[in-house]
Amino acid sequence: MSERSVSEVAWNRRRVLVAATTGVVGSAVAGSASAESLADVPAREPGADLGALSARSKYVQIGRIPEAGPGRRNVNPADAINSKAPLQKLVGAITPSDLHYERSHAGAPDLDPSKHRLLVHGMVRKQLVLSVEDLKAMPAVSRIAFLECTGNGWENWKKADGDLTVQNTHGLVSTSEWTGVPLRFILGLVEKETAATWMLAEGGDAAAVARSIPLTQEIVDEAIIAYGQNGEPIRPAHGFPIRLILPGMEGNLNIKWLRRLKFGDQPWMTRWETARYTQLLANGKARQFQLRMETNSVITQPSGTMQIRPGYNRISGLAWSGHGKIARVEISTDGAKSWQEAQLNLPALPKAQTRFQMDWNWDGKPTKIVSRSIDDKGNVQPDRDSFIAKMGTNALFHYNAQQTWSIDQAGRVQNVLS
Amino acid sequence: MSCRRMMLLSSAMVFVLVSSAVAAEFGRLATPDEIALWDIDVRPDGKGLPQGVGTVARGKDVFAENCAACHGENGVGGTKDRLAGGQGTLASAMPVKTVGSFWPYATTLFDYIHRAMPYQAPGSLGVDDTYAVAAYILSLNGILPPDGRLDNHSLPDIRMPNRDGFIPEQEFSKGSK
Repeated sequence: MSERSVSEVAWNRRRVLVAATTGVVGSAVAGSASAESLADVPAREPGADLGALSARSKYVQIGRIPEAGPGRRNVNPADAINSKAPLQKLVGAITPSDLHYERSHAGAPDLDPSKHRLLVHGMVRKQLVLSVEDLKAMPAVSRIAFLECTGNGWENWKKADGDLTVQNTHGLVSTSEWTGVPLRFILGLVEKETAATWMLAEGGDAAAVARSIPLTQEIVDEAIIAYGQNGEPIRPAHGFPIRLILPGMEGNLNIKWLRRLKFGDQPWMTRWETARYTQLLANGKARQFQLRMETNSVITQPSGTMQIRPGYNRISGLAWSGHGKIARVEISTDGAKSWQEAQLNLPALPKAQTRFQMDWNWDGKPTKIVSRSIDDKGNVQPDRDSFIAKMGTNALFHYNAQQTWSIDQAGRVQNVLS
Repeated sequence: MSCRRMMLLSSAMVFVLVSSAVAAEFGRLATPDEIALWDIDVRPDGKGLPQGVGTVARGKDVFAENCAACHGENGVGGTKDRLAGGQGTLASAMPVKTVGSFWPYATTLFDYIHRAMPYQAPGSLGVDDTYAVAAYILSLNGILPPDGRLDNHSLPDIRMPNRDGFIPEQEFSKGSK
């Protein structure tokens, strides 16, 4: 057997595996599933007993991938610094809580909510200690919002490894419904002094992650001290029992395991806003307090390591912007030469991921597919060349260039720079 | 009284009830002593630094015992962040970001060691040892001499080599509310 046909056999095997494990997603290869006639469909029978929790089907293989940094994949979980969401296996726009990406700086602490306290102090008239029960008794809001690690996309700053999935390239973004107390209510409760323009938020993790948050009108209007995620108490990996939610702002600001808010009149310049989460430009200077997550999108189907067949294919993906709502997503199937408007799954909510899709007939010739999003403030997701011209290749954080997938003659989809 | 007026009146009463409940029932006042237990943050102007002093020489021992396993013997070559060297590399294709080459404030070094290090037992170093190990890391970067010392008065006065290396985002650098 020639080398080429060996590799094709390997790809075909993989294709069958993909079809068998993903179920709903990967419809292009679903024809190879085993029930050829309705007579082959297993007969109905009484099912499992009803229990306290409903587990996923044993036929669904889905999970996050712990990683240690750009290019440091398949690491021992003890060395992982983040865990990426399986975007290629998700549908819709909401991320199940156990598949929501995680970035933790000293593991996820095991906090007893009855012993957890939030201290609110500094430039306020009333310095308060609040319990979780206190917070749950306050007026609450719910909001669907994305969270994105500032490092999302960092695999592709300098080069594009061809064997990456969209989970590897973009798995540090997720969307949940968050429920909790509006920050504004807390500000009224403690009677914040008007001269207090900054708020230090600090976590109850071993690293005591702390960030200075500028009290802009937008942040005061939208910030939430959250205790609920997708209808249940926030899970430990995501900040149980309480965390800060700042829609549209970089993930690290959304302090998990929140235990202290301190008000002041200048930033504290913590390690996470100086040594980390600052973007080094080509001239050696670094952008600081670049807090908003940019207009972004990625095609999740088909995406890296998948294989498609000529003919009908449905392109689908996710778009999001820290500026507001996704207004439009455009898709190119000819390497960014021409663009067509994708259909958005409505409603497109502000600062939440929006699912987009488009029908496509692939002619079987090698090509490249790419998406770009435009938000309701007019921001357009940049192509890679203009993005790199502005940010250089050393910034590490805040990568939002258009993601290109190349498709070869055999229909194999690969990560490329552009 | 019209129905509409009654509704307005009752909603006003509800508002009053809610407001007084808010004032009375959420949380309790924090005492100065308990605030002091948690109030660990340090600002660039030195506000928040506890009284204490440490020498580079003492810091070398503290570092060897608590830090070198992850950060390398002289803050270089460990499995975790490199702490020394890299000055002059920030505009190159392979920038080396360390305390000496990148960090803009020495106060951040104290704050971070004090709150988060050593990784397995954060907060376990005493205040004087925290000053000492910060002094040692600064000496590894040529910012303090080998016989140098650091205390709560001298630390905020240290000018880090990359102090002017940052461009704060206009929208978020003022904290406008």
